[in-house]
Amino acid sequence: MTKYIDQGKNDTRSGYGAGMTELGRTNPNVVALCADLVGSLKIQTFIDENPERFFQIGIAEANMMGIAAGLTIGGKIPFTGTFANFSTGRVYDQIRQSIAYSGKNVKICASHAGITLGEDGATHQILEDIGLMKMLPGMTVINPCDFNQTKAATLAIAEHQGPVYLRFGRPKVANFTPADQKFEIGKALMLNEGTDVTIIATGHLVWQSLIAAENLENQGISAEVINIHTIKPLDNEAILASAKKTGCVVTAEEHNYLGGLGESVSRVLASHHPTPQEFVATQDTFGESGTPEQLMDKYGLNNKAIEAAVLKVLKRK
Amino acid sequence: MPSTQELQNLVTQVRRDILRMVHKVNSGHPGGSLGCTEFFVALYNEIMELKDGFDMDGNGEDLFFLSNGHISPVFYSVLARKGYFPIEELNTFRLINSRLQGHPTTHEGLPGIRIASGSLGQGMSVAIGAALAKKLNGGNHLIYSLHGDGELQEGQNWEAIMYAAGNKVDNYIATIDLNGQQIDGSTDDVLPLGDVAEKFRVFGWDVLEIENGNDLKQVIAGLNEAKSRTGKGKPVCIIMTTMMGNGVDFMMHTHAWHGKAPSDEQLETALAQNPETLGDY
Repeated sequence: MTKYIDQGKNDTRSGYGAGMTELGRTNPNVVALCADLVGSLKIQTFIDENPERFFQIGIAEANMMGIAAGLTIGGKIPFTGTFANFSTGRVYDQIRQSIAYSGKNVKICASHAGITLGEDGATHQILEDIGLMKMLPGMTVINPCDFNQTKAATLAIAEHQGPVYLRFGRPKVANFTPADQKFEIGKALMLNEGTDVTIIATGHLVWQSLIAAENLENQGISAEVINIHTIKPLDNEAILASAKKTGCVVTAEEHNYLGGLGESVSRVLASHHPTPQEFVATQDTFGESGTPEQLMDKYGLNNKAIEAAVLKVLKRK
Repeated sequence: MPSTQELQNLVTQVRRDILRMVHKVNSGHPGGSLGCTEFFVALYNEIMELKDGFDMDGNGEDLFFLSNGHISPVFYSVLARKGYFPIEELNTFRLINSRLQGHPTTHEGLPGIRIASGSLGQGMSVAIGAALAKKLNGGNHLIYSLHGDGELQEGQNWEAIMYAAGNKVDNYIATIDLNGQQIDGSTDDVLPLGDVAEKFRVFGWDVLEIENGNDLKQVIAGLNEAKSRTGKGKPVCIIMTTMMGNGVDFMMHTHAWHGKAPSDEQLETALAQNPETLGDY
């Protein structure tokens, strides 16, 4: 199986910060907004180097989304920053009317997504944001898997015309994708070719999928691992090609099984090539306080849960 | 510069357009539209510096944002008669496949519209963003916006009001249409707004008032005064008292015509009170 090396644990939000630092130096139209969470979003370097292009909005996310929409009128490319919960659920109508329906070139950048936010608990752990955002017409939805991919995604969305939801997280996780990768919006990445089962993963669950695939290989099961960083538009072709080859699918995401990547994949399969599928995701529940590792274990979001799902789906072939 | 009589004629014609548009599709919002007719006519034909044609970025010109999008009839009529799109297109208001949606939108590509509005309380934030972009681009043009008074019940406004003052967004003039009416009754009955002018003042805005927003001369004078107060470190707010349904006697002094169309007979009466000046579409 293809070997991936952890280049050193790092948080995906720092990948965002690194991307913003680079954009600050290379793209004069990029502006950053933040709702009182500069430290959490890792954008201090951008602010230090481009103070006139940074807008501290305060604890007023609705206003931030509207101001971002307005900044596009005049050619700016606004990147909003706050936790995923406050980037989506709290401001859904502002995003819907002033950004999505109005077709504004706003990049909604959301940190601390999912249950790995940890100890702050369920008020801050949104597990519904992918669903909320992917339902908006014209919205691109991206959930990168590590530091390098998040940085690459941050750079890529600045070049993309139209609203984007970029989702990343808080904990330090394995950084295993290439530092110099080219990020192609909407293009799945084949991480490991296999023949028995397809594991389709996004975000923090991608590394967990690679661990699971290695363990499965030791049991004589050949797992194909596909990294979907762009949930919308979805790479239907890559998903269908793999499903046709292996005949069964496991999706893995740090999100509710309702509305997430798994549902998008199952829609593609149901329409074109019905295939048994198991969902590694939270089961229509809120989270709770705990360490990220404890929560991933309790809510079935790690390599063990993926392995179990693979063994289950193989029996349904 | 058009003469006052020319502008007054335009006001009357726009009122006819509003009434006919709403009547044709038996839906829409005539009350607030009629109340803000003088404001729109003055803004687009006397106050704002506008380029020929339309592009979304609007660099090198003043920009206007309508926050209370339900008064789209007056907006559409004034835009059409300013030349943004054919006047005949007013015939398509609220019809299927039209660019003139019930509430204004960029989605159908109607020239003159820069943001969708309708869900209330969002326009001030957008206007502030556009004002910040103007500053970043080094332009010295102004941003204008209009808001219903009932709309101030939406909390996002107060986030925006705090932000604009705290960050000295002084290339921006927000006008509040103080007509005291909303769908369910008077604003005092539904949710009292208190002293709106004083609220803006204590939030740090430079506030002026137009006592009669249905007097064209007062509206022009007020807007010019507001212009003169820009660039001085504070956002500028105009509290403009208007009469909902102005120009049609049976639509005034009530909230009943906020979102209701006149019958055939009522239309005839209303149009007789606003005789044709520039030609109906």
